[in-house]
Amino acid sequence: MNKCVERLYNGLLKENPTFVLMLGMCPTLAVTTSAMNGLGMGLTTMVVLALSNAFISLLRKVIPDKVRIPAFIVIIASFVTVMELLLEAFIPSLYSALGIYIPLIVVNCIILGRAESYASKNPILPSFFDGVGMGLGFTFALTCIGAVREIIGAGQIFGLTIMPASYVPASIFIMAPGAFFVLAVLTAIQNYAKIKGEEKGKDMSKVGSGCSEDCMNCGDKGCSKRFYDTAADQKKNDHKEEIKTEEKEEA
Amino acid sequence: MKELILIAIGSALVNNVVLSQFLGLCPFLGVSKKVKTAAGMGAAVIFVITLASFVAAVIYDFVLVKFDITYLKTIVFILVIAALVQFVEMFLKKFMVSLYESLGVYLPLITTNCAVLGIALVNVQKSYSVFTSVVNGFATAIGFTVAIVILAGIREKIEYNDIPKPFQGMPIVLVTAGLMAIAFCGFSGLL
Repeated sequence: MNKCVERLYNGLLKENPTFVLMLGMCPTLAVTTSAMNGLGMGLTTMVVLALSNAFISLLRKVIPDKVRIPAFIVIIASFVTVMELLLEAFIPSLYSALGIYIPLIVVNCIILGRAESYASKNPILPSFFDGVGMGLGFTFALTCIGAVREIIGAGQIFGLTIMPASYVPASIFIMAPGAFFVLAVLTAIQNYAKIKGEEKGKDMSKVGSGCSEDCMNCGDKGCSKRFYDTAADQKKNDHKEEIKTEEKEEA
Repeated sequence: MKELILIAIGSALVNNVVLSQFLGLCPFLGVSKKVKTAAGMGAAVIFVITLASFVAAVIYDFVLVKFDITYLKTIVFILVIAALVQFVEMFLKKFMVSLYESLGVYLPLITTNCAVLGIALVNVQKSYSVFTSVVNGFATAIGFTVAIVILAGIREKIEYNDIPKPFQGMPIVLVTAGLMAIAFCGFSGLL
């Protein structure tokens, strides 16, 4: 049981997917126009994450290693479709507010990342709680970002006006550019914490390790997304060598 | 015809795929350090999105609707797109080596690009015909290319600026992207 609690703590704080690992930035920016939307998106993702983690862990000995990624994607996509239909039926207002971003949960790298790095190697119960923990961490982060944007951009939180009437809302913050600015400040704070932490000699390797989004120039060889261009570089080199050997053979 | 042009302008500039819909953000931020690589990425995205929106629209209209299984669209689209990218890569490697040399590196990056799946789903959501879907996909990809090339151009200049330490790297790029998003808001007067 202890392990389950540890997974919850890990997902919520220690390895918070948004604030620490910087994963899943597309939905984070797109749906946080209000705290309510952030909360809805977070909870939807959490359900998908927990169920797909549990299911993948259940099937981890059945799925052959070579086709595991497509198999994971099919499992994830099935749960996303289930959630999409449920939302459409029971919470239509949230369904129309989130729109296209619900089916796009499939390509959210948090889910595939957890499946690959945790659920495919661990038993069902810890995997399920890992999903719940990560999902809660994601929900917490989205709600916070949504709340900040809603307060600055509309003077409200969860639809309740909290700022004095004299406050003129900076509506740019609930529009697209605001999302970029909020994320910029967030990553700057994260960088600052990382620099300070490293000065004190703490291990800050987890911070931003999910992705600095700059794979082309990132030096982190252990990064889970590194397949991005090492795989590509490798292929290019292989290809060049192939051509060379072919040329030699011809000669 | 007029409608098609309006759709094209709308999805290339007004509702720019990265700057107002946040799809395909990873390559937008990740592969935009140099104009040359950004242009290569843009070309690969144009190629794949146009092809994927065609294939997805055909499958939706002639298979999913026919057998009344439209609720399977997410699963079918993601698998079709992943298979398509793999297939295109193999095809280029075999038959168009020069094109593979210039685009091949970017193709594996695109499988995980949510813009491709996003466009396929938007096309279905707005019930576009196959031809309109292709136009919409192509225009969206053009919008992506415009945005990524501009960002890469700005980033090449940013290199020489004196930026506060916590803002170096990703934060300043995000601020730049935010300013670009404000500029692109100006296009909303076009329609």
